[in-house]
This record gives sequence, structure tokens and C-alpha cells, in this order.
Amino acid sequence: MTSENGELKWVGKSPIRPDGADKVTGRAKFGADLMLPGMLVGKVLRSPHAHAKIKSIDTSKAEALPGVKAVVTSADMAEMQPEWVAAGEVQINFLDLSNNILASGKVLYDGHAVAAVAATNSAIANAALELIEVDYEVLPHVIDVEEAMAPDAPILHDDMFTQGVTPTPDKPSNVFKEVDIAVGDVEAGFAKADLIVERSFKTAAVHQGYIEPHAAVASFSEDGQAELWCCTQGHFTVRAYCAKLLGMDLSDLRVTASEIGGGFGGKTTVYLEPVALLLSRKAGRPVRAVMTREEVFRASGPTSGASTWAKIGVTKDGKIVAGEAILKYQAGAFASSPIQPGCMCAFAPYDVENVKVKGYDVVSNRPKVAAYRAPGAPISEHAVESVLDEIAKKLGIDPLELREKNAAKEGTNAAYGPKFGPIGFADTLAAAKAHPHYSAPLGPNQGRGVASGFWFNIGGESCATLNVGEDGTLVLATGSPDIGGSRASMAIMAAETLGIDVADVRPIVADTASLGYTFLTGGSRVTFATGMAVIEASKQVIETLRERAAKIWDISIDAVIWEDGFAKPAGANAGEFEPMSLGEIAAQAGKTGGPISANSSINAEGAGPGFGTHICDVEVDLETGAVTVLRYTAVQDCGKAIHKAYVEGQIQGGAAQGIGWALNEEYIYNDEGRLDNPGFLDYRIPVASDLPMIDTVIVEVANPNHPYGVRGVGEVPIIPPMAAVGNAIDSAIGVRMTDLPMSPPKILAALDNGS
Amino acid sequence: MAKIHVSTTVNGEPTEFLCEPQQTLLDVLRDELRLTGSKEGCATGDCGACSVTLYGRLICSCLALGAEAEGHEIETIEGMADGDSFHPLQQKFLEHAALQCGICTPGFLVAAKSLLERNSDPSETEVRYWLAGNLCRCTGYDKIIRAVLECAADMRGA
Amino acid sequence: MNALTYESPGSVDEAVKLLAAAGSDAKILAGGTDLLVQLRMGMIKPALIVDVKNISETTVIKEESGGYRVGSAVSGAELGEHDGMNNTWPGVVEALELIGSTQIQGRASMGGNLCNASPAADAVPAMIPADAVCTIAGPDGRREARVEDIVTGPGQTSLKAGEMVVDFYFPPRPARSGDAYLRFIPRTEMDIAVVGAGISLTLDEAGVCSAARVALGAVAATQLVVEDGAAALIGSTLDDAALEKLDAAARAACRPIDDKRGTIEYRTKVAGVLARRAAKIAQQRAEG
Repeated sequence: MTSENGELKWVGKSPIRPDGADKVTGRAKFGADLMLPGMLVGKVLRSPHAHAKIKSIDTSKAEALPGVKAVVTSADMAEMQPEWVAAGEVQINFLDLSNNILASGKVLYDGHAVAAVAATNSAIANAALELIEVDYEVLPHVIDVEEAMAPDAPILHDDMFTQGVTPTPDKPSNVFKEVDIAVGDVEAGFAKADLIVERSFKTAAVHQGYIEPHAAVASFSEDGQAELWCCTQGHFTVRAYCAKLLGMDLSDLRVTASEIGGGFGGKTTVYLEPVALLLSRKAGRPVRAVMTREEVFRASGPTSGASTWAKIGVTKDGKIVAGEAILKYQAGAFASSPIQPGCMCAFAPYDVENVKVKGYDVVSNRPKVAAYRAPGAPISEHAVESVLDEIAKKLGIDPLELREKNAAKEGTNAAYGPKFGPIGFADTLAAAKAHPHYSAPLGPNQGRGVASGFWFNIGGESCATLNVGEDGTLVLATGSPDIGGSRASMAIMAAETLGIDVADVRPIVADTASLGYTFLTGGSRVTFATGMAVIEASKQVIETLRERAAKIWDISIDAVIWEDGFAKPAGANAGEFEPMSLGEIAAQAGKTGGPISANSSINAEGAGPGFGTHICDVEVDLETGAVTVLRYTAVQDCGKAIHKAYVEGQIQGGAAQGIGWALNEEYIYNDEGRLDNPGFLDYRIPVASDLPMIDTVIVEVANPNHPYGVRGVGEVPIIPPMAAVGNAIDSAIGVRMTDLPMSPPKILAALDNGS
Repeated sequence: MAKIHVSTTVNGEPTEFLCEPQQTLLDVLRDELRLTGSKEGCATGDCGACSVTLYGRLICSCLALGAEAEGHEIETIEGMADGDSFHPLQQKFLEHAALQCGICTPGFLVAAKSLLERNSDPSETEVRYWLAGNLCRCTGYDKIIRAVLECAADMRGA
Repeated sequence: MNALTYESPGSVDEAVKLLAAAGSDAKILAGGTDLLVQLRMGMIKPALIVDVKNISETTVIKEESGGYRVGSAVSGAELGEHDGMNNTWPGVVEALELIGSTQIQGRASMGGNLCNASPAADAVPAMIPADAVCTIAGPDGRREARVEDIVTGPGQTSLKAGEMVVDFYFPPRPARSGDAYLRFIPRTEMDIAVVGAGISLTLDEAGVCSAARVALGAVAATQLVVEDGAAALIGSTLDDAALEKLDAAARAACRPIDDKRGTIEYRTKVAGVLARRAAKIAQQRAEG
């Protein structure tokens, strides 16, 4: 591989993405875009109640309606046991999953699916939903996490006895589990502190807000085999979940990942997919089910809202001597929330001897949470980064310098356990300090805030297949749905490794029948883990190419080297041969041993932790409480940017989502426990006129475990914005906002209380 | 339920279709005419993924009835490229990596084209406000705005 | 399943006939930006939709006696491109143009904004200070009504069965007059008004306010006409004391609700702020 020694030809550049043409012409096929002959329309009946017992469901009138071809309820699902089992890399309680997809016994949130129909058109399907009679006994509900933890709270699950406590409680509660992380002795640490700051915060449940609603097209054959087309971050995960829920063999279910219109973690589980399969099996025809936007908000995963508390002790020169946090995360109606990573990340960016974090995983009558960019981390790190800002202001220390004094480095024992290898946190702080943004002047009612963020990044199982065509072009198949340009990155890494033109590599996302198991797109793993599989397959192809050249030249394979896309004799002793290109060797493949291809199947280990530091300027309208983000700069250690423009794009997009989380996004429930804002009108994601350009600075401290140094990008940028915005608001108006979102009414009320 | 017969022009082609009274123009485009480049992100006019032009005006096709198209001209994303060559905006979006997942891209392109037809030299603020009805959750808008501004500059220079 | 019919009459008379025959089962389609959402969400199940965009009277802007007659179905985009209305009643134009996105502007109309009768309608608190009068056609012929007399409650209007708004007449603007509309929304675009304030005023040659009209939106079940606010301005040069009185009058008039878009306290306070700010803009426009 020449690229490891010399100049990189493709890595770090920004070639036009291979799937780009289809996406700018409308030709790309997303979840809802597939039509099959005889296809029916599937629709789901959802609970209008936050918490109710299902006394009975009568589907007979719906079934009798002309044009209705199937009606299903939870009775049509395979029976599940209440146990946590491995599904790919994650643990899944299939009983919960099954009950979330079609409620059994009780409905646990507004929007909980109860039944589904397949009909010849959508008007008939809607009419059929109205004809399904569900007799509910409405039960008391609970929405807020603290209220759900109260001793007299309505209990969602009679069999939920808090895990992680000894002895296990004998009464059920809404606390699924408690998590404890502790190093050192926080009491002794706080005793050494010159300054201790503690503060409580609340963060709202926020939705991933992908623009494409969930969609699935299922087609079941009479012999029990089925095909499923859906927009998902992990079609192998979909296959695993659906096969289990329907009692199918994995090999009988072929899942194709459509183009996916955003996911951010929210498309890592299943909602409609098993329902479409059930309906198709029952109707004997293909079924397409597509969520409305309202259904997306009511019934697909937001991330946790939370109550948090952080306490940090420092010496007067700014050295952190102890950190403590209590985190209470909403899980939604079923266990579990991302409390574990939340607890692990809270103090991870800092070298602190004494840390104690206590986490609670709490169910309430809300939709089950799903992953959302760096699951759990933005919530806990928001508390810590906000308290740090307060400490910097109280000590009169520059907030970046305070962080530099305490930044984790190579060799630091992370508060959550491991010892860090090479990491770039300090580099991001230095780059932020040096950025012209950090020293630009501010006007009246304007303020600047900074905050940092940490995410583990992950590896996991990935497969890749490289098929060399007779003309020397290659098809590269991976099992990672491409959510933000990853096919471009895969092609770059293959082309770089092979020393060929990136345009000669055509990357595709293969279906579950065409490739080995590949864990889902998430956790910032694809460029790292699937990238390693691609590099591995490319190296195998190089081996084959050398072997074929050796055969053609009739010399030993050891006498052939691969350089800049050509097989060459290793030296003068190897003989005099003209270098042969990949194309020339491929053209003779039939005569030299058959088609050239390679498969690699790996479980990538050694993901490199990612760190980022953001700078945010705001202006506050003192009379309305409106906050304008004036300028935003995001610095991040990416290890190595494979496709530079898409790395920037990940950082910009994550920052924008974090700004939305900070300022305007929230799930609003009414007194009956119904979601009051299930649409883009009142669930307010940032629009183009809300944001400034988002400047990015890419720091590259190579991850030694990846051939090109990749760490992963997508998760980290959503972590700092909430605190960066809050810290900027505090700098502008001298008011510490503790309740997210920091919407205008809250800011005006805080200003009025403060003055 | 009697269907309505509608004669219209779609991307320059005379087109006829039958629709039910309550079918939106978006439903007709996607389900009857199989032009699935216009996307449904919300069905309430809040996301812009279904943007098309009707009688020369930029609209959300989810907020018009199919029947309203009678006698009018409709332009969709499918009509934007000229044969096998991209519209300059399409080219610029590709060069600037102004799309990630791509679901909002058709709507942004149709909306941006409509802007540049009216204003060949928009300011950043004008572009941002014109496109405020097109939601993008992936990009933070940065590269989209840059692509539109640079395209406008190129088209003025050309 | 409802059997919905779509009609697209070519005249007001024809439209009125259709509406009268269908009674409360009929809905008028102008821009459709509210109607189609309600239809899609199942909030309404009409038997008849009458599209009024193929009627010339409802779709044109005409100069008349120094003022302008604007068809009820004229879109925000068309109004925004009309020089005469922009020069005469910029507050009205900016109010209609604030509704929704560029895409919504391609369709949304003043007639629809008024007759949808949302307390948060943007165009209405701007039309009221402009003394706009609407022409209403019905089975009993035509009548005129002031815009402020149309909305009677959330989703409720004083229109009788079979009636429709044909157009709005905006009178000529008196010398040294100006109008303005401001609203507050959490984002910079795409939201429903949390508070709206429309003001029209006239100055005398010395710059003293001689006439004023103040209206508020989204702070009560209907748009409010704030007489005390107008009184606070009249006789002043819009000095700080007068603006403070306007602010207080606006706040005193508010009878808002707490909802997902704002609190009672917030709406009340911001109503005063926006009234003040809108008055200053109107003053600048009056000073030319």
C-alpha cells in the first residue's frame, strides 16, 4: 500500500459522491418510493391515551370493509419471552420490542400502535382504522421523569424491579435500573477544593427530526420467504429483529436498505417493518406502510429528556479535584435509556482523580427512546460543561484555559475505566483558542460561550466485497446504509489502498442476502469499521493482483510489488517487465485463475475516542428573550478526514441539531398526556434563516488502530452546543439558564427574575 | 366517488391524469404519475420536501389538490436537468457536498431555482429566508447556502 | 367514506350558488394552506370544496378611488410584488408575507387568513388598522363589512351560510401616514405568531400624531382593537412617555392563553414591546 508511505492521493479530498447524480435529480429511491405490482397500503391504528388497559379489540367491521385485505394486532406476532438477548452487538428485550410494535394488554403512550390494516388504497385503509373498536380502560399516566420516580407514581410495568440495587426491591417501580460509576473518593476530593459549584438542569426530550418518515415495503411469499425494503440505518439489524418477531429463519428474510433520508440514530430499530411483513403475510400481497409526520413524532424514538445535577470542586488555580453527577434519564415507555453512556461520558474529557456518577433509567408514558447522535452524552456533558463555565467565570480564568488545565491526554485514566491512547482533546482546545472567532469583539447584549464534548466512537462487525470487473473497474459492496456520504468514503479508501482512480470504484450497499452481517450505521463506526473491512478487501485484491502478475510474468509472487495501481517487478533481480495496471491484469483474469474478488469479514476493534470544542456567539433581545446565534465555530479531532467535505458536513449538521436542542426543540405534552406538538410547525427544528455559517476546524490526531487514522465524526458535534449556547447566553445577559430549551419565554422570565 | 380528469403540463409534457377530489398534487405526482422525486416529509407545508412550481409559483405540492392543476404548468425536480446535463444548481450542490442524506435535496433545488429566476444576485440573508421553508436536518444549511450563492455568482458571470 | 366533490366555478354567483346549496358541508379553497392541512388531519370532512381561484374578482388587484381592491384569493407572493400596495399599505403587505415559507406565500391569501379565523392570523391585525373593508357575496346579494367585524372567535366568523369574501378594499393612505406590522415567533420563520401588533398612524405637519389605529393578534380569542393604545399616541410625537402608555395599553388589553407557543405573562409583555416597535416603524414610514 503506497499510501501509507507517500502522499495520499484521495484520502482527505472531496470527490463528488458516487450516488450524487441520483440525489440531485430525484431519481434516488427512498423508503416510500418503491412500488410493487398489487401493492396494498398499510396503516396503523394508534392509542389516543397515554396509559390505558386494552379490554378488547374488535376488528370484524374493519375486516368486512370492501378493499380491506388484512388486519393485524399483537395476537399475530410470535410469542416473546421477557429476556434480554443479543441481537448483533446490542441487547434487546424482544418482549418489549414486540409490545412496542403492536401493544399487548396495555397502551403505554399517546401514539402507541394497537392494530394495523392493509387495504387497496389509503382512503379505504383510513376508513378501516376508524372501524376498529378498541375498548380502553384509561389509567393514570406520568410524563415527567422525576414524577415517574415518585413513590406514588402510576406504575407502567408490574414486573419492573429496579436493577443495579442490592437487594433487589420487592415493589415494582418505574426505575428500570441504577448505574454507578466511581473512581477515587469524591468526598476527600471536595474537601480539597477552594471552590465548589453545583447546579441542577433539565433537558427536554428531542426528536432526531429526520425529514424522511419511516417507510417499509414488504412482500411475503406463500413458501414463507419474504423481501423487505425499508429506510434503516441497519438492514441486518432489521432482519434480526423482524425474523425473531415473526418467527422466521434469517435466511428466509431478505432486507434491502433503501436510500435513507436521515436517521441520526432514530432508524436503528424497527417500527413499521414487522407490521408490513405481518400484513403482507396475511394478505398475500405486497404491502407498503409509511408513517405520517405526526406518527413519527408520536411513536418513533426521541432521545431522553432528563433531570441532571452536577457538582465540581476546583482548587483556586483551576485544577478539578472532584466531580459528581446525578442523572435521571427518560427511557420512554420501555426500558432502557442511554443512561450508561451518559454516565460514562459525563467527566470523560477531564483528568479527574475523584469522580462519582449516579444514573437512573426511568420509564414513563412517552414513546420508547431511540438512539440519537452520541446517545446520552449531550445530556450529561451539558451539565458538566455548564458548571465548568460557571467555575471559569467565578475564578476569572479563561474557559478554554480551565479546560486545558484539566484536559485528558494520552495516558490519562478515563473516569469510566480505560486509559486513553493518543487523543486530540488538547489540540481542539488550542485550535479553538487560536481561532480568530475567539478573540473577535462583541457588541451589546452579545455573549460568547465555549464547551467541549467527548464520544467513544465504536467499531463492530462489518463485511465488504470487492469485485474486479474485466475492464478494471470495481464494484465495492458493503452492508452499511449510507446516511451521509459514506459510499464516497468507502470508494476513497479502496482507491487509495489500490492506488487507482476513485471513479473506478463503484460503491454500493448490498442487501442482507448478498453480504455477511454488518452492524448498523451508527456510533460513528462506518468510516472506521466498515472502512477497515474495505481496506482489508482491497489488500486481498492486491495480493491476488500480484499473484496474477507473477503468473503472467512467470516469476515468484514475492518478486512482484504493487505500487500506484500497478504491478511491478520488485527489483532488477526479478526481471525486466513493463508494469501492469489493474485493468490489464483484470482483462486476463479468466486465463490466470478466474475472476478477481475479495471478501473481508471483521469485527473492528480499537475505535479512537473523539473530542470537540465549540465556540458560540449569541445576541439576546432583552425585551423578547429571543436568542440569535451570530457566529459558530466547531473544532473536532477526527483522526483523519477521509472525505473532507462530508466530515465538515457531519460537524455542521451535528452542531445545528445541538443548537436546536439548546434553543427551541422539545416534546410538549398536555394534561391528558397527549403530545401537543407532533409536527414541524411546533416542534421547531432550526430553519435556514435561524443559523449562521458554521465554521469547522478539523484536527487530525491519527487513531493508531486504523490504517488511515480514522476516529469517527458524526457523534461528537452534537455534544457541545447545548452548553456552548447556554454559556454564551450567560455571558450576554448574566443569567444561567438551567432549563432546556432556552426558549424566549423562559429567557424573558429569567431576565425579569434577575433584574 | 367520481374521479376527476385533469389536463395539465408537467415538465413541459402535456399530461393527463385521473384523481380523487381529496388527492393532493403531491399524491398525484408520486402515486399516479410516478414522479417520486418530490418527497413527503410532513404533508402540512412545514418542510418543503415536496416543493414544485405551479403556474410559475413555488409551492408545497402537499398543500394543493391535484384537481387544481387543471390547465396549469407544473415543474418538478425531474424536469430540472436538461437532457443529460445538470442544471448549474444541481452541479453546484454536488461540488459543494450540499447534501448528505439527500431527501430534502429535490425541494431545495426546486426552491433555489425559483429564487435565482427572480433574483440573480441574492444576499446570504435573502437565500436563507427564501429557503427557510425547506428543512434540512443533516447539513446545518451551510453548504447549501454556499452552493446557491456560488451558483448565482457563476450564472451572473456566464 | 365521505364523497367529496371539487368544484372550480368561474364566477362569484356560481360559487355562491354552490356554497348555498351545500350549506355547512362546503368549504372554500383559496390558497389551501389551512384547508388542506385540516382535510389531511381529518379535522374537517366537507362534502364540497369550492376552489375560488378561477374567479377573476377574487384573484386580481385593482386601483380604485386612490385605494386598492385586492381579491380575497390573491397570494402573498402576488401582493408582495404589487408596487401600489407596497407603497400604500406596507404593513398589510408585510403581514401577509410573514405567513409561512416562500412556498406558503405562493398560495396563502388574505381571504383565507381572515376566514380561517385563527386568533394568531398575521394579516388580520394589519388589515384592521388599515380600515380595510371586505365585500361579502351571499345568496341575498352583496354586502360590505369592516374586517374587524368578521372574526367572532377561534374558527368562527360572522359570515352566514353560503357567504364568501370576494375582495378587500384598502382606502387611499392619508398624507403623512404609515403602517407597520410586527409579530414575535420563536424561530425566524415558519412559526405561528405568538404575538402580533399592527399599527397605522397619521402625523400632522409638526410631526404630532393626529390619528392612530392599533390592533393586536394572538393575545385573545379574536384580534383586538386597542383604542387606549391609539389614544396614547394621538397628540404625541411618539416620545418615550407616549410609547410607554401605548405599551401599557397593549398589555392591559391582552387576554391571552397559556399554550405550547407562549405563556400569558410572555404574550402580555411582548404585546407591549411589539406595539411600541411597530409604532416607531409606522412613524418612520409616515415621515417618509
